[in-house]
Amino acid sequence: METFLQQIINGLVQGSVYALVALGYTMVYGILGLINFAHGEVVMVGAMLVISSLTAMLSWGVPLLLALPISVVLAMAGCMALGYSIERIAYRPLRHAPRLAPLITAIGVSILLQNLAMMIWGREYHAFPQLIVSQPHHIGGAIINDIQIIIIIMALAIMAGLMLLVHRTRLGRAMRAVAENQHAAQLMGVDVNRVISVTFMLGSALAAIAGLMVSANYGLAHYYMGFLLGLKAFTAAVLGGIGNLRGAMLGGLLLGLIESLGAGYIGDLTGGFMGSQYQDVFAFFVLIAVLVFRPSGLLGEQLAERA
Amino acid sequence: MNSSALKRGTPSLSQGEGWGEKPDVPQLLEVRDLQVAYGGIQAVKGISLQVAPGELVALIGSNGAGKTTTLKTLAGIIAPVSGQIDYDGNSLIGRAAHRRVAQGMALVPEGRGVFARLTVRENLQMGAYTRSDTLGIAADLERMYERFPRLYERRDQLAGTLSGGEQQMVAMARALMSRPRLLMLDEPSMGLAPLMVKKIFETIQEVASQGMSIILVEQNARLALQVAQRGYVMESGKITLSGESRELLGSDAVQRAYLGG
Repeated sequence: METFLQQIINGLVQGSVYALVALGYTMVYGILGLINFAHGEVVMVGAMLVISSLTAMLSWGVPLLLALPISVVLAMAGCMALGYSIERIAYRPLRHAPRLAPLITAIGVSILLQNLAMMIWGREYHAFPQLIVSQPHHIGGAIINDIQIIIIIMALAIMAGLMLLVHRTRLGRAMRAVAENQHAAQLMGVDVNRVISVTFMLGSALAAIAGLMVSANYGLAHYYMGFLLGLKAFTAAVLGGIGNLRGAMLGGLLLGLIESLGAGYIGDLTGGFMGSQYQDVFAFFVLIAVLVFRPSGLLGEQLAERA
Repeated sequence: MNSSALKRGTPSLSQGEGWGEKPDVPQLLEVRDLQVAYGGIQAVKGISLQVAPGELVALIGSNGAGKTTTLKTLAGIIAPVSGQIDYDGNSLIGRAAHRRVAQGMALVPEGRGVFARLTVRENLQMGAYTRSDTLGIAADLERMYERFPRLYERRDQLAGTLSGGEQQMVAMARALMSRPRLLMLDEPSMGLAPLMVKKIFETIQEVASQGMSIILVEQNARLALQVAQRGYVMESGKITLSGESRELLGSDAVQRAYLGG
């Protein structure tokens, strides 16, 4: 029972991060029909920017309460600029190209960013500065610490904010209109290119926050961290139904839970033959199962029409 | 019949030749020698036409004559190969579609282009996208609901769940929400029940009487010419005939080709 509760907590924390990253995938897919495989790298850049700026500012003696928000804003701004540039330079020229071209370009951008990050930050792991003494709390035998609580609350707040933006504002209406019919949106006076740019920047800002969360939770960041994280968040988006915002959130949280419960019990299930190092297997097992049995995902409907 | 008053071929550019154009009134829209290629085909082969402020002009012709391509080019969705489009005294060549909307051009496209996954209300709000006068938008929204009570009943429904006629109402109301000076309608009667066609055409006449300029593209030539003041007949990418509606209605050529007589 204690293991179960602990794995639920771990799953929710990890799932919150997946959900934020999955939203970036699904927003871009919804509007362009493109899988932005470089999105995981944007998360990595966000984590690196937070760590670098935070470490630098703390070493200059900037008080933590000032340094943390500044570095978060810096990372978000940096990631938004990166997301904007990726779309502008790599994807926009291919807007009317066959679907394979932007897909391969996305993989290329991903590799490019990994290598650039390796040149800038090196191959070594970067430690997230110890900010607060993260207090462990005991709930029914399971442990949750302050950082994890903050991650879950922040993720929920950001997702609620995004839903408000998409469903209650003029910009959100324009985004949904562009996602459905670019020509018709143009005829309403919508600057489609601008809406697409804004979508990339929004997704990248979420990626920066996700990067902050992952690196704060594990205490580490690495130039290669975006690859697996991105792939899993993509799985989460597909699980929920790619192109569907609620689906991305649901898929993210579910995937986090599946992975964590799977890792917690795989030892018992296989009589100790496989351990929790097989955790990653679950995400891709889910991906394959979804693609075989329900390609449109849990909340998706119109994938067949788009694909 | 009396077709002598009609002009054959591309209307000349010189003003004051008659045909109901008042020489001293500046045209709202002036198209000169427009050529458009679409999907590798020369769809529009050098047409010229004018729309005066407050005028309702019909553009008729058979399927594939280039009517839809002409409207799409005017709206800025397709770029022309050559020619001039002057709107309100300024050239529109090279101007993006979304900027033309802000200047008062609105196109109700063929097939309506309703946002199926947005509610009726959100569709209408999209029509007012370029406007920032919150109070005026709210007032216009009420006005649209008065004009189309059906849309008021269904305001919170997804537009995709509406019938074809109701979707045409959404498309019309949405275009009107931008308060256009030039409204372009592409086959508004297509696929609609007769009663719905009547309703749509009443609306067209009503907004025309309020001083809006309208270009009406229709396959139903009789209906179009009955409400329009002037008409252009398009065939294979060219304007073959133009003139006052009642003269076109009476002409042998139009009778034979488009009115089934």
